[in-house]
Amino acid sequence: MERKTKVNAEDGKQDMVITREFDLPLELLFKAHTDPDIFEQWMSHEYGTTKVLKLENRKYGSWGFETTDAKGNKVFGAQGVFHEYVPNRKITRTFEVDNSPLDVQLEFLEFEELTDSTSKLTMHSVFRSAALRDQLLQQPFEYGINMAHRRLEDIVGRLK
Amino acid sequence: MNLRRDVFQAIADPTRRAILLLVASQSMTAGAIAANFDTARPTVSKHLQILTECELLEQEQNGREIYYHLNPKKMKEIADFIEPFRKMWDDRFNKLETIMKKYKSK
Repeated sequence: MERKTKVNAEDGKQDMVITREFDLPLELLFKAHTDPDIFEQWMSHEYGTTKVLKLENRKYGSWGFETTDAKGNKVFGAQGVFHEYVPNRKITRTFEVDNSPLDVQLEFLEFEELTDSTSKLTMHSVFRSAALRDQLLQQPFEYGINMAHRRLEDIVGRLK
Repeated sequence: MNLRRDVFQAIADPTRRAILLLVASQSMTAGAIAANFDTARPTVSKHLQILTECELLEQEQNGREIYYHLNPKKMKEIADFIEPFRKMWDDRFNKLETIMKKYKSK
């Protein structure tokens, strides 16, 4: 079964909704967001290792993580505070990217059980303005191209 | 190799982007495309092969000649500026799913 991630960002609006159905029971989907070891695994990739700095899973608890490249340079960091924490149901949090012109975002994560073995995540992000939202949406395009370059360089490097 | 089918990988190369711009206005043969570049003909052929494999270019037989033209459907995928963002999350969530499936079976 194909479970595609959907992004709904209407023109001129300052929010967006990401939805995804998982071939996982609800508890496991929720755990992936609250267990630091697991979170670090799925938020890391070939060119960056993610470390959780803080993950206080409770109302007004704070959270933070950062991603570093192979040389130890920080490539991404984000922090925020939980405003709602209902196990297996809902997380409301602020999301602030370190050293970014993007203002803090407000995120609503809702976890739903579909069947015993499937679940759904709905992430609703609210931005300060529509322009800031569009700026964020466009980032991975550059990121994707840079990643491709690095991947290419690595492959060429190996051929030498 | 699925690396090659990635459209973003394909357009990361400046020569390939230039080729796409060239054929955007009209269908062209490999020879006519190569004539626009200083690079060796086999290098241009390689670029054409990659662009064709990831479906950004389509081939069309016209007599003895093969013409290349843009595949507007695939180009739209790139023009759709949300797609890379969506793909980033899709990759991330695929990973989450794989990790948790292993975790479950432990």
